[in-house]
Amino acid sequence: MKFGVIGGALALTLGLAGPALADIKIGASVSETGPASSLGDPEAKTLKLLVDEINAAGGVLGQKIKLFLYDDGGDPNKARTFATRLVEDDEVVAIVGGSTTGTTMSIVSVVENAKIPFISLAGAIEIIDPVKPFVFKTPHTDRMACRKIFEDMKAKGFSKIALISGSDGFGASMRKQCLQVIGEFGITVLAEETYGPNDADMTPQLTNIRSKAEVQAILNPGFGQGPAIVTRNYGQLGIKTPLYQSHGVASKSFIDLAGPASEGVRLPGTAVLVANLLPANDPQKAVVSAYTSAYQAKFNQPASTFGGYAHDGLRLLVDAIKRAGKAEPKAIRDALEGTKGFVGVTGTFNMAGGDHLGLDLTAFRMLEIKGGNWALVQ
Amino acid sequence: MRLSQKHLTLIVLAVLVALAPAFFPSNFYYRIGALIFVNGLAVTGLVVLIGFAGQISLGHAGFAGIGAYACALAPGYLGLHPGLAMLLGAVLSGGVAWLIGRPILRLKGYYLAVATLGFGILVSMVLANEAKITGGPDGREVAELGLRSALASIGIGLSNAQFWYAATGLSMLAGAWIALNLHDSPSGRALRALHDSEVAARTVGVDVARLKLSAFVISAVYASLSGSLLALMNRFITPDVAGFLHSIELVTMTVFGGVGSVPGAILGAATLTLLPQALTVLQQYENLILGLIMMLVMIFMREGLLPSIMRRLKGKG
Repeated sequence: MKFGVIGGALALTLGLAGPALADIKIGASVSETGPASSLGDPEAKTLKLLVDEINAAGGVLGQKIKLFLYDDGGDPNKARTFATRLVEDDEVVAIVGGSTTGTTMSIVSVVENAKIPFISLAGAIEIIDPVKPFVFKTPHTDRMACRKIFEDMKAKGFSKIALISGSDGFGASMRKQCLQVIGEFGITVLAEETYGPNDADMTPQLTNIRSKAEVQAILNPGFGQGPAIVTRNYGQLGIKTPLYQSHGVASKSFIDLAGPASEGVRLPGTAVLVANLLPANDPQKAVVSAYTSAYQAKFNQPASTFGGYAHDGLRLLVDAIKRAGKAEPKAIRDALEGTKGFVGVTGTFNMAGGDHLGLDLTAFRMLEIKGGNWALVQ
Repeated sequence: MRLSQKHLTLIVLAVLVALAPAFFPSNFYYRIGALIFVNGLAVTGLVVLIGFAGQISLGHAGFAGIGAYACALAPGYLGLHPGLAMLLGAVLSGGVAWLIGRPILRLKGYYLAVATLGFGILVSMVLANEAKITGGPDGREVAELGLRSALASIGIGLSNAQFWYAATGLSMLAGAWIALNLHDSPSGRALRALHDSEVAARTVGVDVARLKLSAFVISAVYASLSGSLLALMNRFITPDVAGFLHSIELVTMTVFGGVGSVPGAILGAATLTLLPQALTVLQQYENLILGLIMMLVMIFMREGLLPSIMRRLKGKG
């Protein structure tokens, strides 16, 4: 009896006096506003959603996650300032973010100096090639998107194509990557056109392409409104050659913008877009459905590919912290690099010392627009 | 001995720069300090152009872009040391300003604003579109200045953040010193005469065209150096540095703090660099509050923050 009281008092004192477990601090700088807000907004929402979800379920290693989220407005200089703030002032153990290649690249040297693991949400291959010890990323590279498209073209027997690309960062980078790998598929480019990011009419470029009778397919590497205008003009000109778009416009808003002309357009996208079409035995089915339905329920809008990148970024981090057994930058980095068979919404990640992306072509699904919605190409 | 206002201003600025680190809760504030100084340098140049000479420019980020990309490109393509690349950028900016300044400074008011605006947009478009050379909209990496390791080898070990705080702080002080000297010189007086009345200045024999041009060239060199410093500090640069928004930001800082006053403009740069950081807690309302503060200052303190405050203090004393 007496022991019980003493023991109870002791336990109580220890419980009160013992150090409360600190929160695990995770930082994020995404472009919630500004020109890249179509990427950053779903990313920010996803991060908030997931952190609430994880904390409600008891956190990680018994600790709650505290998210430091900043909006860099797509400005690389601001992104760098916020990254410095996250590292120096907020003392986070890891950073997710960098919605665009520009913001990511200006964060890279900050995290490399501070030795803080960073998971980028931007596309360019330069982010992880050459491999930098503390930099990882979740979106597949443009080169992989090119390969996926060319694979599909080859399967359909197309070997002569036309290219119409945007001259913005995304379009120019993807065009370059595509031309680097096109030879592997025995496909040649017969005609090439470009358009500026703010152009409102691409009819002349498409007319040029239409005049080349041998062209079997048209590929449009681009991002933002450009591809929607290309698709509309393509419809207006009554071009019958199949049109391929890139993963840069893999969102429902593209279909809405492009209108009925988008019928039959093909593009590589992630499982997020077709959550309800995935067969029950698909390995990603469970995780994709969970994410898309939670997102839809909370924000009353469909989840996008870009939010999916943030989802995987944070989940990969949490998974790495669990496996490392402690929330310490170096340990997290090592655990991240050792990620094997992690099923995210973007794909299944298998990281390695020389591969800080860890995705292969199976991460992409070839999609076709049918009746104003996505359909899986089998 | 009675200190002149010029020396007093410089001493106050220098003391602030030197003592501020004592109050920094973390290394992050060195970064904020350095950003304030980089902006402060560009803004000091704009004081010469807008405050002294009374000419507007909405394209000065274009010169910042030239300075920044000189540092990004010259070391790789020409094998120049980044420090020399900075000078090359300044010479280039000054040259470009001289060339385009001759025709466009004949314009007045809105027309001048639009012409300079066009120049700024032109530079950022070239930087974004000539992707083969500049790396395009995704930007490109910038070489290491190498001064920090040189300092370390003679026994002055500074962290990266501390080094850039010191380097940009000294640059800004030097810039302020030159601008304040100009203010009190005969040329400075002639510039201010031009500001008050171009006709009157011309009547008393001031070479209006030449003076406007030199103010334009000087401010371009300031903007160019600030762009170079930003590029070298960030070790990465995108065409955003030359963008329209950056131009507007610089002019806003100048006008906000006090367009005719070097310390005022620097205060404007400091306030508008710090505020977004302080307002991150309010997330969505950040831009709203920023806009509101700017509107209030413009309505109630037309000369800008510092001159208005000084006037009130003097009025009471």
